[in-house]
Amino acid sequence: MAQMSIAKVILRSVLSRPATRLYPVEKRAFYKNTRGSISIDIAKCIFCSICQKKCPTDAIVVKKDEKSWEINRLRCITCNACVDACPKKCLNMENMYSPGVVKKGADDKFTQEAKPKEENPQ
Amino acid sequence: MATRTIIPFGPQHPVLPEPIHLDLVLEDERVVEAIPSIGFIHRGLEKLVEKKDFFEMTYVAERICGICSFIHGQSYCQAIEGVMKVDVPDRALYLRTIWGEMSRIHSHLLWLGLFADAFGFESLFMHSWRVREKLLDIIEETTGGRVIFGSCKIGGVRRDIDALGLKRVETELRTIEKQSFELTEVFKKDGSVKRRTVDVGMLSKEEAVSLGAVGPMLRASGVSSDSRKLGYAAYANLNWEPVVETAGDCYARCMVRCRELYQSFDLIYQAIAKIPEGPFDVKVTGNPTGEYFARVEQPRGEVIYYVKGNGSKNLERFRVRTPTFANVPPLVKTLAGCELADVPVIVLTIDPCISCTER
Repeated sequence: MAQMSIAKVILRSVLSRPATRLYPVEKRAFYKNTRGSISIDIAKCIFCSICQKKCPTDAIVVKKDEKSWEINRLRCITCNACVDACPKKCLNMENMYSPGVVKKGADDKFTQEAKPKEENPQ
Repeated sequence: MATRTIIPFGPQHPVLPEPIHLDLVLEDERVVEAIPSIGFIHRGLEKLVEKKDFFEMTYVAERICGICSFIHGQSYCQAIEGVMKVDVPDRALYLRTIWGEMSRIHSHLLWLGLFADAFGFESLFMHSWRVREKLLDIIEETTGGRVIFGSCKIGGVRRDIDALGLKRVETELRTIEKQSFELTEVFKKDGSVKRRTVDVGMLSKEEAVSLGAVGPMLRASGVSSDSRKLGYAAYANLNWEPVVETAGDCYARCMVRCRELYQSFDLIYQAIAKIPEGPFDVKVTGNPTGEYFARVEQPRGEVIYYVKGNGSKNLERFRVRTPTFANVPPLVKTLAGCELADVPVIVLTIDPCISCTER
């Protein structure tokens, strides 16, 4: 019957498991490619500023003298341009989203610890 | 003459996800005239070419629309590649076709849901979006984003799908195809859907052509016009014909989109079967000089990208003519003479995407 063509769909969804996830208990698995947030392995960074130049939203600020790398999570559009451009491969695209930003203008700042001076072989 | 009343429709209205305002001039319950006004969400994206270089503009172009984002990015890249005479590798063209068609399927499923919601068929709306969710998962798996794919770049695509991935995509799509078949059968046969859509919002073939309708709006009025027939990306190598309906009412527009769903599934299967091996991007050097028009078929109709480069890294002019903008005059025409209760249904049948229109 033409009027009842939805009945089959509805009957199936009544009898099957819910299409939604029981969220806090059952978490959604991300895929390998999922673009969540940018992370940095600051120890490997050489502060070349290529990521800052490539960023289309100017979310990244690199300061060579301070040896710091900052990202504004509200500006970042997770386009992956910085990760593709990084010559040292120290930037990485994480699957998980960054935690909620509670203060405007608060950037995530990473500073490289001063490396211990290499001992003179002599 | 009966007294005339003006009823404002929008900018915030339950059936509209985006703001468009219509002043409906009514005589009793009948619409005599509809006066549209747009401009609530103008973002000045075209002006942004002065600040962002032409590589970065790809990201901006993708964000013109949240639904057909990939096709916007693709059109922009095609326009720049046209100016710079870049030879894009075949594999990239096929991948663009696959992602472009996935984008069309997800847009049409979204539209089917919204359309059902517009005439009050709430459960059909839920079921359409349930099916769409599965497709968004495939999109996320292959590109990394659910709606902003971010996988098109000037000179090719940014990431590849390996043979195993393509196979999985096909298997998943076959399941989604089966599920969406059950839904489109409801749109096709259900009495309550028919009562709200058949002979509502008529647009004749002549009117559609003279008012410059595009996409499913034009094809539902019996005109066989589809920009994909221009043969960009891999469409020239695939076997397909534009979907055409002749009635010109809301039901016909719905049927065009239902049938286009299956066409898109079929195009993806064909593309997966034919995709050649090889590189998926080429290095692009230099700056664009010259101008180019790119015409690409979006889920809503034909989009036109115009770019003009003057040899610097910033483009001189960037202009987008989006399908919804072209479909506003036919919409105003179809609204004249309809019942007030049918207005949401008719407005929905052009698949309005106001963010695109105002950029």
